[in-house]
Amino acid sequence: MKFSLEYITKSVDGWLNATFNPTIAFLIESVIVMVLVIALFAFLGLVLVIMERKVAAFMQIRLGPNRVGPKGMFQTVADTLKLIVKEGFTPNNVDKFLFNLAPFIVMITAMVAMAPLPFANGFQIWDVNIGILFITAITSVSVIGILMAGWSSNNKYSLLGAMRSGAQIVSYELSAGLSILVIVMLSGSLRISDIVAAQADGWWIFKGHIPVLISFVIFIIAATAETNRAPFDMAEAESELTAGFHTEYSGMKFALFFLAEYVNIFIVCAVGATLFLGGWMPLHFGTGTAFNTVMDYIPGIVWFFGKTFLLIFIIMWFRWTFPRLRIDQLLNLEWKYLLPICLVNLLLATIIAIAGWHF
Amino acid sequence: MFIVDYIKEVFGAIKSLGTGMRRTFWYFVHPKEIITEQYPENKENGQLILAERFRGEVVMPHDENNEHACTGCTACELACPNGTIKIVTKFDITPEGKKKKAIDQFVYRLEMCTMCNLCVEACPSDAIIMTNDFEHSVYDRNELTKILNKPGSKIRDGIE
Repeated sequence: MKFSLEYITKSVDGWLNATFNPTIAFLIESVIVMVLVIALFAFLGLVLVIMERKVAAFMQIRLGPNRVGPKGMFQTVADTLKLIVKEGFTPNNVDKFLFNLAPFIVMITAMVAMAPLPFANGFQIWDVNIGILFITAITSVSVIGILMAGWSSNNKYSLLGAMRSGAQIVSYELSAGLSILVIVMLSGSLRISDIVAAQADGWWIFKGHIPVLISFVIFIIAATAETNRAPFDMAEAESELTAGFHTEYSGMKFALFFLAEYVNIFIVCAVGATLFLGGWMPLHFGTGTAFNTVMDYIPGIVWFFGKTFLLIFIIMWFRWTFPRLRIDQLLNLEWKYLLPICLVNLLLATIIAIAGWHF
Repeated sequence: MFIVDYIKEVFGAIKSLGTGMRRTFWYFVHPKEIITEQYPENKENGQLILAERFRGEVVMPHDENNEHACTGCTACELACPNGTIKIVTKFDITPEGKKKKAIDQFVYRLEMCTMCNLCVEACPSDAIIMTNDFEHSVYDRNELTKILNKPGSKIRDGIE
């Protein structure tokens, strides 16, 4: 029998509904989902940080952390422990309410954006009919948290970083949205399970010809910019702005910003994997060959995480290759290059979708 | 044409970014290229590799007859920016009965040395060199004032 997470969720749901009345069953399910999401967050925080540091080190001909645990694999655990026991310091003359609220807003938006992600067949928190629009809308809320942190810190570096971040996210939201639209148009639905189902006979990046390839590249660029990572890390820019919007934060509040950054990377990469690389769909060539049967036996969740981590690796790869852009270069890149290319590409994709030239 | 230049620019950008990414990926899949020295461990198993021109402390090489090449010309003392070197000279009597200037003590104060290599470059007879030795910690700072010429040593023949 094939491994299926849908079977587990269905049987848990059935057992809870048979044992308790529907309201209590729903509450228990919510608690289970919350615990799972928080566990995933902690896991992502630990794994992605050590992955980033190791990838960075190897690309820069260094060794990276190699003292705590085998090959330094427990370094992030030690770092987290340190951050937990540190004092959550609130400086004088900051806007105390906004200062303390900002990290939670950034964190909560990252958590909410996780809701429509399909981890495996039928293993999805909320299959809403506007799934992809929901994710795009929610991820852009995180800029409010960043602006809040920058403004309330009462610090010139924080304010500059926050303003840059605002300009950047507002611009890059456009090309991210337009490159997502190409896929939405080809699959004819905003519901994420429909988008994944449309890729059962081949992923969009193979089926959709050149327009999908172009929109994939633009999506990766825009996703990097939206998560405020190098080469678009104008909001942090440690060499110019010390640490940008989170200069004044320490301890667990800083850790929340740090964690939210990595969770956001995971989310944009998961969205990219779902839209362009077929989500949890296994790799298929043609129909009914032995290769396809073997691929079907690999569980969907492995496919999903494999594709997501591949995209995360690509994003890390160019983070540690390219130098940081200046703010005017950053906005030039968006408004003079990515947006026009995106619009032409959308037109091309429309023609392909109407004429039915995709496979 | 504007649009041709525009497209050329886009493709040129993609190509140059691709070049950079190929290089970093090459390093990523070739861990043998890593140049990090894991210092205290690799000292024990003898894998500490230092560059040939790494500048540690100044020493004066002596050959098997306990002879060095220093004429006591004080070029190094004049070249030193922080007064690390102090040369005390004396007068030897040569077999022909003439007086000849020679060094009595070559005083080298490691505590003041910045390993700038200027003394080695200034030396006309290559009497001093810099070694790779970099572990200079001692418990008493007097140990850092060193006499570089060995006791009883004298200048090699043929060096003026």
